Amino acid sequence: MPRTDTAVRADRVDAAGVADTAARTVPDPDPGPPAPTKRRPAGRSKAGWVLPPVAALGLVFLYPLALVVWQSFTPEDGGHSTAPYAAVLAEASFRDALANTVLIAVGATAGALALGLVLALVIAFVPFPGGRALSRFIDIFLAFPSFLITLALLFLYGTAGMANGLWTDVTGAASGPLDFLRTPWGVLLAEITYFTPFVMRPLLAAFSQVETGQLEAAAALGARPWRIIRKVILPEALPSLAAGGALVLVLCLNEFGIVLFTGAKNVVTLPMLVYTKAILDGDYTGACVVAVVNIALSVALYALYRTVVARTAPRSGSRTGGVRRRAGA
Amino acid sequence: MTTAPDRPIAPPEPAPRDRNTGPRDLRGKAAAGDGRSGIRFDSVTVAYGRHGEHTVLDRLDLTVEPGEVMALLGPSGSGKTTALRAVAGFVRPVSGRVLIGGRDVTGLPPYRRGIGMVVQQYALFPHMKVAENVAFGLKAQKTPRAEIAGRVTEALEMTGMAGYAARYPRELSGGQQQRVAIARALAIRPGVLLLDEPLSALDAQLRSGMMAELARLHRELPDVSILYVTHDQVEALTLADRIAVMDRARLRDCGTPQQLYRRPRTEFTASFVGTANLLPVTVPADGADGGGRVRFGGRTLRVPAGGAAAGAGATLCVRPHLVGLGESPAADGNTLRGTITEVQWRGATHRLYVAVDGHRFMADLRELRETPALGDTVALHFAPEDAVLIPAGLTEDGARDA
Repeated sequence: MPRTDTAVRADRVDAAGVADTAARTVPDPDPGPPAPTKRRPAGRSKAGWVLPPVAALGLVFLYPLALVVWQSFTPEDGGHSTAPYAAVLAEASFRDALANTVLIAVGATAGALALGLVLALVIAFVPFPGGRALSRFIDIFLAFPSFLITLALLFLYGTAGMANGLWTDVTGAASGPLDFLRTPWGVLLAEITYFTPFVMRPLLAAFSQVETGQLEAAAALGARPWRIIRKVILPEALPSLAAGGALVLVLCLNEFGIVLFTGAKNVVTLPMLVYTKAILDGDYTGACVVAVVNIALSVALYALYRTVVARTAPRSGSRTGGVRRRAGA
Repeated sequence: MTTAPDRPIAPPEPAPRDRNTGPRDLRGKAAAGDGRSGIRFDSVTVAYGRHGEHTVLDRLDLTVEPGEVMALLGPSGSGKTTALRAVAGFVRPVSGRVLIGGRDVTGLPPYRRGIGMVVQQYALFPHMKVAENVAFGLKAQKTPRAEIAGRVTEALEMTGMAGYAARYPRELSGGQQQRVAIARALAIRPGVLLLDEPLSALDAQLRSGMMAELARLHRELPDVSILYVTHDQVEALTLADRIAVMDRARLRDCGTPQQLYRRPRTEFTASFVGTANLLPVTVPADGADGGGRVRFGGRTLRVPAGGAAAGAGATLCVRPHLVGLGESPAADGNTLRGTITEVQWRGATHRLYVAVDGHRFMADLRELRETPALGDTVALHFAPEDAVLIPAGLTEDGARDA
């Protein structure tokens, strides 16, 4: 069913496109109809098409965002200055949160990429019963809320979870050996678990585009499976790998639910810091500063990703014709 | 193209430059041993389905001699591609053995078989330049780094693509891509070359050019055995030393193109290799077969003697281009009369479809000055020695035990 995969991939591209617009915070300059006829003056009809969506976008998205940015430049004691930034940036808790956020996001992305790559390779190229069903399940998995995974992990590995329960039952010890969910490793595990399918989906779509003929030609030429993966499959799937990785990186940077649900009090990320400052401390300006930094970080990483993709894309532009692989077959 | 005078054709006797195992020696390690490797199918059966209920190749016995071009000819679904894929190692026979150069490779994975393969859709690696595509097999086989560049150039020169080494496949036409695919397969110096409908994706003009190219390549590489899968009888007749005709998972006939065309042994061969008029005839029961007479409708036709049992039904095969217009000039010739049901002008020839006693009879006549009208009654003749009597009973299954 390659059609489904293409559709899913198109969705992914759409999502990226939306993120793109959001990141630039500039509305599409020309959503209007094609060249106007001579009889009607161009300006009015075009404005009629352009203004309402721009106004709506501004009202629901740009205005709140602008408020946040504006608030971040407004110290508690009145006036407008960069003093809040100086104050927040000087805090050790902020620097820790920044380091935590980047480290966890990068680690989770690397883990999700590695795990997703292996799983997608197996699903796409090793025929086994249920492979197609598994491929479908991944689609469903993408719709799960992130905290659900964290809850499931708590049931399994939490201090009162099944694994520890089994341990205490068997050994009679007071507590189980597993207590990593509240550490950064727990957050990392939860994020890798949750975000791996986000890497697999575009990869499976890319793998389904790899011609069986190319794989067979490579094998006939003497290439063992590992060489075929490295030299034929991966280069052709590289843009999808980059896309999946970038998506996961941005999502990890902004992940809130997973960190909150692990109950890891020592693991403070930027979104957690925003929450703490705004809701618990009542430091609204400080929260806005952290939020702005978080947005800037996401946008910067997204821009970096676009640059990388723009550089790799022309290499894998067109293909020779041929029969495409069926997804998950 | 490239006709270097010292084209290193693997010589039958140890050549003086054997010590130089450099890029100019076409005999590769892949063609292990004496460098001459034929293919042998030993009762190879391939079946799919949970219980093997779909037999796609049924007890194939076939030997491709070293250096021979064997065409597997048949309609789609006849099992010819399956046979090729069994040699390549992409399908595992449920029974039987596949031997390459006398070595049983039935259980070997594709990458250990040392074969060259070219498929219809080229299957070039899109992210690699032409030279990298050709070098792929050499790197995979751990060819010494110093040799690779020379052998890539050599393979590209052989196919006339040396000037395109730095291009990407997408920058080449279909014919050029297929040349690169052939160069890539030849670069590893395989003892066996598998060609799976290699010209089917090309247009007619390119195809005839590429046929000449392939024939030239084979002259330059006389030790390479070629298994050539095609549904195109012209390709098979032009290129093959022998043709194996396949239909419905079975080998129906095997022989040189001339044998199959001039003396087909089954109706299927007669109609698939070239066009044929197939007339149902009976051999007289009086045992007069020695005289070479058969009954067709109400008349007696003279045919070459022998072949069919007396009193049995048989099929008479007459090639349309061996049919003449008018009464037979010779006394012992055969004349048929009928009404024209269709006329096709084909430039150099007219093809007449004539209804003879309700049977459609085709005649390819050198272009007529006046096109005959539909409904006209015409006489057609053919010489006894141009007719082939195909005994009944061989049509379904007989080729293998004939």
